[in-house]
Amino acid sequence: MSLDLTNLVAILCMAGVTYATRLSGFLIAHRLVLHGRMKAGFQAIPAAVLTAVIAPSVLATGWQETAAAAVTILAAMRLPLLATVAIGVGAIVLLRAATGS
Amino acid sequence: MSSLATEARAGLRDIAPAAIAAIPIGALFGALAAAKGLSPLEVSLMSLFVFAGGAQFAAVEIWRFPAPIAVLTFSTLLINARHVLMGASLAPKTGALRPWQKALGFAVMADENWAMMERRAQRHTLTPAYVMAMSFVFWLNWQFWTLVGALAGTFLSDPRMVGADFAFSALFIGLIAGFWKGRATGVTVAASGVAAAVTYHLAGAPWHVAAGALAGIGVACLMADPDEDASADAAALAPRAAPVGEVRS
Repeated sequence: MSLDLTNLVAILCMAGVTYATRLSGFLIAHRLVLHGRMKAGFQAIPAAVLTAVIAPSVLATGWQETAAAAVTILAAMRLPLLATVAIGVGAIVLLRAATGS
Repeated sequence: MSSLATEARAGLRDIAPAAIAAIPIGALFGALAAAKGLSPLEVSLMSLFVFAGGAQFAAVEIWRFPAPIAVLTFSTLLINARHVLMGASLAPKTGALRPWQKALGFAVMADENWAMMERRAQRHTLTPAYVMAMSFVFWLNWQFWTLVGALAGTFLSDPRMVGADFAFSALFIGLIAGFWKGRATGVTVAASGVAAAVTYHLAGAPWHVAAGALAGIGVACLMADPDEDASADAAALAPRAAPVGEVRS
């Protein structure tokens, strides 16, 4: 098991900024007054953030990934989380196998 | 049965699907990191202390030797900036937790356990047993499977063959569906997805996260009725009165 000093410093810096992001939201919460547009923006945070994280792999990788994502969305509209993931993974495996990619 | 056990059990039940979905994702992360040249010990240290899937994948993508510390830290900050908003949204719903429980619980807040806590808070009070059970089992689960992936990394021929790389996307699509609130969410998702994909194309990772998030939030702000429940300002501040998402079930 090797541990490179530069790698360790990088990991600790990543951990530091991540904990800072986790704690700071918690610390500023009581100062937020939400109404109207601000409140709507705040309510949009989860969907906006989760979408942004996966957009490259869903929209900018290949048509197979985009098609599998469409199948996953259909599944997500009526099935529980685990079934949704299973169908999504199954869809990408089938599409890649069928198109030899 | 004590309420403690009931609450812990409810937490475990709620996080179970995400924890199972995290198995291939964690193993994939460990394998990719090992393939990049990180040791299993380094992979575990990152999972232990960073514990943020999206940022960890991006870091492995960026990693060089020697490690570009500034770039890695900045990328992590950019991708995890969403935690500020997530934490601010969840904080008012954690009134039943002691300060040390909040500090500990927030240290292991990730998209999945946060999403489940937000959903839980719409109908129940968040209890320490619920929060701790779900969050730490989810955290331990990530530790175990990323290490397994790192150790097995060299034996895994091609993760794409079993679709493991797509499990992350599928999991997030399922989580987004849990926050669906009709047209407003649809416009938010469309704006965020297009902005993120275009930014990824033009500027690359990790800029797409900030660009997509801001576009989605901005569109939601513009579409909203500015006068909507202006009289409910006080209510918006009260604990559990400003749900971020809507329960679908």
